Amino acid sequence: MKKQLTEFIVGLLFGMGLILSGMTDPGKVIGFLDILGHWDPSLSLVMAGAIGVGLFAFAMAKKRTTSLWGDELRWPRLDQIDRPLIMGALLFGAGWGLAGFCPGPAIVSMASGQVKSLVFVVFMVLGMLMFEGYDRVLRKKII
Amino acid sequence: MNIDWNHFTPWASLIGGLVLGLASSVFILFNGRILGISGILGGLLALRKGDLGWRLSFLMGLMVAPWLYVLISPDSTLQAPRIDSGLGVISLAGILVGFGTRLGSGCTSGHGVCGISRLSLRSIAATVVFMLSGFAVVYALKNLI
Repeated sequence: MKKQLTEFIVGLLFGMGLILSGMTDPGKVIGFLDILGHWDPSLSLVMAGAIGVGLFAFAMAKKRTTSLWGDELRWPRLDQIDRPLIMGALLFGAGWGLAGFCPGPAIVSMASGQVKSLVFVVFMVLGMLMFEGYDRVLRKKII
Repeated sequence: MNIDWNHFTPWASLIGGLVLGLASSVFILFNGRILGISGILGGLLALRKGDLGWRLSFLMGLMVAPWLYVLISPDSTLQAPRIDSGLGVISLAGILVGFGTRLGSGCTSGHGVCGISRLSLRSIAATVVFMLSGFAVVYALKNLI
């Protein structure tokens, strides 16, 4: 129960942070990405604030063997800078620049009732499903 | 480059960022998980047994957030998002973001916040690449088309 509650509250908190920071407004995100034009530096402060807090928490977490609720710490398994990482980041960045949405803010902004937010999320899920298909085909080939 | 001072919101963005950092910190310390939206949502679509509940609780919180924000914010409204792109561009962008974040194992939250915070070179590389890609696309849209 306490775990589920934490999951829910963390989601809630993260969503509020996204709204406060301006990340849920594609116009603002594109203003940040327009670094060679008319640049709105706000989102660099979002990153600075988030990482400023995160650095301490992750340094503490690295020293632990279990989480405070007693689970194992699930660290990402991959640590190489490989081709899928770079290709994926290129594609993601292109989509981010085109629409001004990344995954979290897009999900939050569905509540605004704007059709475009909903359409973006539907196609984002479609893109993720395409990846699931691609990943399965690829793995079968390797095996 | 010139700075767009009219839209610059240093305090709101810094405080919002601190809240994002706090949420990511609570998640790794209490639940032992990386707060990465594309991984949490994408993992849901893989439909692995016993791996759905925590993803759903988190996403529910994320989707309830705007309603709570409206309740407690002083002006009790959500600012309407400014979405200038047409539906075709939005759809293409959605596919790129969905596929790209899964192929690259993360997005702005998982790589940009958590990954950089844990000083992962892989996440730092991903963040540099998706930012440069975003800069290039916005530059192209504003100057070449």
